[in-house]
Amino acid sequence: MTPAEIRDEILDILSEIAPDEDLSNLEDGKSFREQLELDSMDFLDIVMELRKRHRVQIPEDEYGNLASMASTVTYLEPKMRDIVAA
Amino acid sequence: MSFKDRTSQLPDEQRIVMTSVGLTSPNGNDLESYRDALLNGRSGVQNYNIRYVGDTFAGVCQFEATKYQSKRDIRRGTRAGTVGIWGTAEAIRRSGMDWEKVDRSRVGIYIGVTEHGNVETENEIHSIKGYDYDVSFWSHHHNPRTVANNPAGEIALNFGITGPHYTIGAACAAGNAGIIQGVQMLRLGECDLAIVGGVSESIHTFGIFASFKSQGALASHPDPTKASRPFDVDRNGIVVSEGSCIYLLERLSDAKARGANILAEIVSYAINTDATDFVLPNPERQAQCVKMALDRGGLGPDQIQIVSTHATGTNSGDSQEIQALRTVFSGCEGVHFNNTKSFIGHTMGAAGALELAGNLPAFQDGVCHATINVDNLDEACAIPGLVINQPKELGRVDYILNNSFGMLGINSVLIVRRFS
Repeated sequence: MTPAEIRDEILDILSEIAPDEDLSNLEDGKSFREQLELDSMDFLDIVMELRKRHRVQIPEDEYGNLASMASTVTYLEPKMRDIVAA
Repeated sequence: MSFKDRTSQLPDEQRIVMTSVGLTSPNGNDLESYRDALLNGRSGVQNYNIRYVGDTFAGVCQFEATKYQSKRDIRRGTRAGTVGIWGTAEAIRRSGMDWEKVDRSRVGIYIGVTEHGNVETENEIHSIKGYDYDVSFWSHHHNPRTVANNPAGEIALNFGITGPHYTIGAACAAGNAGIIQGVQMLRLGECDLAIVGGVSESIHTFGIFASFKSQGALASHPDPTKASRPFDVDRNGIVVSEGSCIYLLERLSDAKARGANILAEIVSYAINTDATDFVLPNPERQAQCVKMALDRGGLGPDQIQIVSTHATGTNSGDSQEIQALRTVFSGCEGVHFNNTKSFIGHTMGAAGALELAGNLPAFQDGVCHATINVDNLDEACAIPGLVINQPKELGRVDYILNNSFGMLGINSVLIVRRFS
């Protein structure tokens, strides 16, 4: 997956776990929490969806990398670069 | 006018009244549409398919959940939470009270459930099957969704209620049990407003269908609307349904002070236990429960106009309830008997509360709705006053007695009176 494809995948996951939110104006450099109503259970949903969809394992002490779209994509790129986008 | 019952003699602070009701039933999403369906013979039972069991029937509620919940909260929570929130929101909306001014630390939530957690547990097991049962794929939402207080807790979260909240697990007597709990808590001064009743999400668990099927107690019929047929000689089991029915209960003194519309006064109740079998009812204990409710209320059986029966459409359960009722109401010509499950199936935890709600308008219109789908009355279920297939004009209705029984031998009876 390219960084752009990873971003699309994260957006798709966010649209499932935060279905009331408008994601069209999401700023990649700003934290998710500044822009969306997400709590710790929602972040665990992101982790779970990545595990279910792509078998990507994210250790608990690395959850902080999921703070913003930019940091998430940067963090995931080496883990997902060999995954072929559906 | 004055009524001859014990509760009428109590001070207003100890008298408990129903001041609003919100509901979703397979055949109506408010009291008016539900009552209209009951008076006009409209069933809410439809074809239904659920994994592993396949094609069957169910009573399915169709309402706009996003009217009172965000999509996120619907996803985060349970169906039991959602139907309960719908009922509560409707009850509050219809109550005439200014919710913003209600002291929410003085509101108690007491919700009856037949079972809770089966739906989410089945879903998770089904999900991890796709991952070779690796539990690292088990949802972190499982525990908050399956804790037994979930349906009441979701109501508390949605409405910002900080008083006590919990569910009452009482099998299919739970709807009555939730109401009774609220009455007791108001009398004890534990809360000033009680949100009570029952909920059912049971159509979303295959296990309940499969278990009834294995027991030989799941209804079948060529026509889904005729599958739930208590008292008919060809009845062959239960139709599983979802739903909720939530009442607001207040002390009469508080209800009068705010000029509330009063639907009914709760004049008596009783709960007892068979202690004889896991599933088979005990008519002797049922009759004792009905008598206990009458005695506590200072009422004779001939003072009751409508008895809302529990009968679920099983072979032995229906006849045994009638056997119990014959014992209590023998010779009482003015008593009429009906059954709501014939329209909507068995709404499990909501059943007691929903079945009472459909009868409450009789205090205004004087009509006893019917028991439908009785093509051939089983002699073992015959009782004078059974209202079959067509509603009956009774003229004046002062007292309604509501039966609700459940597995493990729990029996509950609630008696309400018109308020005037």
